[in-house]
Amino acid sequence: MIDSLLQILSSTLRVSTPLLFAALGGLMSERSGVINIALEGLMLVGAFTGAIVAYSFHSPWLGWGAAAISGVLLAAIYAASVINWKADQIVAGTAINMLALGMVPFISKILYGVTGTSPTIPADERFIFAPIILVWVFLLIIHFWLGRTPSGLWVRFAGEHPKALDAAGIGVKKVRWGAVLMGGALAALGGATLSTMLSSAYARNMTAGRGFMALAALIFGKWRPIPTAMACLLFGFTEALQIRLQGVVLWGTEPVPVQFIQILPYLVTVLVLAGLVGHSRPPKALGLFFEKD
Amino acid sequence: MKFTKFFAFSIAFALSSTNARGADEFKVGLVLDRGGRDDKSFNAAAFRGANQAQMQLHLNLKTVEAADDNAYETLLRSMAQKDFDLIIGVGVAQQEAIKKVSAQFPKKHFVIVDAEVKAPNVKSLMFKEHEGSYLVGAIAAMSSKSGKIGFVGGMSIPLIKRFELGYEAGAKSVNPNIAVLKNYVGMTSEAWNNPPKAKEIAMQQYQGGADVIFAAAGASSSGVFDAAEDKKKYAIGVDSNQNWIKPGLILTSMMKRLDVAIFQACQSALTGSFKGGTENFGLSNNGIDYALDEFNEKLISPDMKKKIESIKEAIIAGKIKVPDYYKQKG
Repeated sequence: MIDSLLQILSSTLRVSTPLLFAALGGLMSERSGVINIALEGLMLVGAFTGAIVAYSFHSPWLGWGAAAISGVLLAAIYAASVINWKADQIVAGTAINMLALGMVPFISKILYGVTGTSPTIPADERFIFAPIILVWVFLLIIHFWLGRTPSGLWVRFAGEHPKALDAAGIGVKKVRWGAVLMGGALAALGGATLSTMLSSAYARNMTAGRGFMALAALIFGKWRPIPTAMACLLFGFTEALQIRLQGVVLWGTEPVPVQFIQILPYLVTVLVLAGLVGHSRPPKALGLFFEKD
Repeated sequence: MKFTKFFAFSIAFALSSTNARGADEFKVGLVLDRGGRDDKSFNAAAFRGANQAQMQLHLNLKTVEAADDNAYETLLRSMAQKDFDLIIGVGVAQQEAIKKVSAQFPKKHFVIVDAEVKAPNVKSLMFKEHEGSYLVGAIAAMSSKSGKIGFVGGMSIPLIKRFELGYEAGAKSVNPNIAVLKNYVGMTSEAWNNPPKAKEIAMQQYQGGADVIFAAAGASSSGVFDAAEDKKKYAIGVDSNQNWIKPGLILTSMMKRLDVAIFQACQSALTGSFKGGTENFGLSNNGIDYALDEFNEKLISPDMKKKIESIKEAIIAGKIKVPDYYKQKG
């Protein structure tokens, strides 16, 4: 009993790590007032870059660094279009997701002649558990930074009351740029965790909707770091439980059909978003373009 | 000089003679499913066969990969509208699309793998996965020391159920008390491309006591192999020979010789002997087999090999009746 509890616990921590990275990335961006539905694309690019750099240079840390840079670059395209060029944030975010979906196989084709997977990273050149610890360190840093430092306050004001921030003489666009770029790096690290720790290579579309799960966790967590992390843990836990419950006989003699068990994480998502969270208020200026008067 | 002339002439003749047969004008379109040609498994086997046909029969091959399940019909139709002579749809997900498009283009030849479409211009290539799964199930049970083995399928669909049922029956034939842990990766076609999740599932099965896991999950299978590497336990590959992926840890692979079947289909279409209908591939005609090579020879003892071969012969001879999920459900 204790054994299986420990196993589910460790499984939960593993599964929720990429989600939490991406959710923190989303949090950075959205607290500054920029909607980020591009998390999925950012993760995918991070997963790919992390895998190929870790493979080529025999170091998961280098892979991680490169993934963060790739996330910053992709986020820069997004930031420029929504912060400077007035693009609609939902449309531009979708475009970034599609760009990632198409660009990754294209680059992979040029590098390796195949579109679906990258070469396998040997076991001793992969992460064992470092990202799991780091993500919680990042969480605490972001929690304190947002709440206790002047620059954290700027980010919050950019999302709640950009005019006040502007009146205080701080450039709203600069703050948003910084937040979106950092968010891109974090989301990409989540993707790289998938390819350099939770598996051993990049596989086509391996993010499999995790970027959107992270977004749901962010809303569930009311855009606050600690509750968002709890939401990620909950999603990770239902996922781990789902695996554990498959094929288990709960009543009668026949196991519950696997499809019913598999909808568990989605069911939980819908339930918590629909009822249990209560009112979740987004940052006031979320999604609004800011122009100096 | 004379020699060069003769040489040039013979080359020209050779070229013109292939032209006469129309080989390099013969266009084959291969539509792979979402795993893509480098899934090291199912699609990889299909691509190998088509590529071999291109090299040896000098036909003109075009390979496309569907980005999502809705793309099949469009891809197939656009090939049929162009001058493709033979169009091959790989995977059970293309069944409906092939049915529709083949009816609209009765003069074109189609091939579908893993599903049956009854039309005079469609050849259906069916594999007896249950036979091969039975065999690797027996191998798993022979190697298992814990009395527990695992099965990780992609999606819970009839095709994969067929693997599962055969595998379990094969394992129980060796050890009636063996426990089989069964898990599925997902419910949408993302299930075939989600190695992190497959790894998580395999970790839970290994932690739950399984010491051999059969992975039938397309590109997700690599996650199972990663877990095998982490836990230093065994895994069994599927569709292609996957023994090389983690040498010494992949006990064997249940091979579906799509490569052979597709090569033969190309050949028959090229020579004009293409016929619609269903072709079955099983242990008896080597369309299904288990893999034995330098990567796993140390894992399969001569004694085991003898037993495996005798089971194989008994299945071919019909002495062992392998349960077939397709027939169970009518």
